[in-house]
Amino acid sequence: MASLVQPMLADLAYWQETVLRGLVGLVAVLLPTGALVYLFLYKMMSFMQSRLGPMEAGPFGQLQLLADFGKFLQKEDIFPAKADRFVFGAAPFVVLVSTFLLVLALPAGPDAHFIDVNTGIYYALAVSSISVIGTLMAGWGSNSKYSLLGGLRAAAQLIAYELPLVLSVVGVVIMAGTLNMKGIVEAQNSFGVWFIVPQFVGFLIFLVSIQAELTQPPFDMPQAESELVTGYLTEYSGMRFLLFFIGEFATAAVFSAIGATLFLGGWAIPFVDPSAEFMNWIGPLVLAAKMVLIAFFIFWFRITYPRFREDQLQKLAWKFLIPLALANIVVTASIKVAIDL
Amino acid sequence: MPQLPGMLVGLGVTARAFYRTVFPDGPLGPPSPSKGAHTVQYPHVKEAPPTRARGVIALHEDNCTACMLCARECPDWCIYIEGHKELAPPRRAGGKPRQKNKLDRFDIDFALCMFCGICVEVCPFDALFWSPEFEFSELKIADMLHDKSRLGDWMETVPEFGPYEGGSEQKVRKVPAT
Repeated sequence: MASLVQPMLADLAYWQETVLRGLVGLVAVLLPTGALVYLFLYKMMSFMQSRLGPMEAGPFGQLQLLADFGKFLQKEDIFPAKADRFVFGAAPFVVLVSTFLLVLALPAGPDAHFIDVNTGIYYALAVSSISVIGTLMAGWGSNSKYSLLGGLRAAAQLIAYELPLVLSVVGVVIMAGTLNMKGIVEAQNSFGVWFIVPQFVGFLIFLVSIQAELTQPPFDMPQAESELVTGYLTEYSGMRFLLFFIGEFATAAVFSAIGATLFLGGWAIPFVDPSAEFMNWIGPLVLAAKMVLIAFFIFWFRITYPRFREDQLQKLAWKFLIPLALANIVVTASIKVAIDL
Repeated sequence: MPQLPGMLVGLGVTARAFYRTVFPDGPLGPPSPSKGAHTVQYPHVKEAPPTRARGVIALHEDNCTACMLCARECPDWCIYIEGHKELAPPRRAGGKPRQKNKLDRFDIDFALCMFCGICVEVCPFDALFWSPEFEFSELKIADMLHDKSRLGDWMETVPEFGPYEGGSEQKVRKVPAT
């Protein structure tokens, strides 16, 4: 945030700047999470089921999140008797760490970023895989057959869908010519039209892959609520459950924002120069709006579709999505070389 | 993929439910989910229960003869009855004074009651009636014991009986009841 904020930032000591960045990071993760939980989980899903959702806590149930937060905080923190204490206790934090690391790579404006890595999207995809370890830790550390089955199903699913996720992004990277997230946004601006149009197939594969990466229905075998009593989350209560819950929705928010950056032009508005000064202030709002749009689709699919069986899920990933993504890459690369876009 | 059209139909179903809930008055009306959803927002909007709904049990004290059938048949033993005998004046001049049972205590403990209705069914004198009232929660569990006067108050909420079936006879009394 150059001219206005830079002078103020320059006077801060390193530790003060770190605290500030920490707070902003916390807000950047928790605010979209809360918005998604309220707008989509509580309200949109309720309306799609012809019911109202929470209405009592605050106007139209807006404070229900606060009430749920308080409810989870005051619950007893249960450790199963023979659970592996360290593994069981650390699992939710591992998942959350993955989310916070992911939000670092997300630019919200020409200068509004936490870190500016040249391997932006590569870093983001690599770091998002850390949550798989957290899920496995939760499943194994709970010392319960339901949790173990859920954790194993989760690991298989998450690893299987990493590939289509990465491959769908490669098409965008080829078109943009850079892994840097800001470079991708600027490339979309100079290309003229957002990458969702030429990379429509890639976008669809991306949507399906993040649905699976977030273990949202129809890919929620790891939590198959009616079968596994919430799978790897079964033994968690109180604060740790809340951390998993926040992690799930925060990751949904961040993946939606990444999708918005890659396919919908990130913080840029059409006909406006993306590197302009004022975009540092408007950019986050624009990115938030696009994130809400993509998250709408995630939750729409969540409420509409029944669950995939584990083998159907794997077949979809390995036999359909990966070949499709590879074909997308080949076509994109060929067209790029042939027409020299 | 052959499943794709079906999946789009599914999306259409949820989208249609969303549209009908948020815009119950069509695209030109204002968005009002409170009106479009099927939820009845209970404390603010109260739906009347059906007339034969089993809410609470009312006592018509004049009919009760303290025969103890309801107390005996109650599976939970939540009815407490105490009574004494009194002499009522004879029906005809020169007759014998009649014995009547008078109630001292008739309590139903609704904290124990399971609303099965056996007491209402079994009463030979039609002294117990169902009432559709259900809002009688208390802060203290001891207040869930409704005493004789309170059970009598519930009689006001008992709905009217329907007309008798065609062909049924009204009881004809040889001597009018007092």
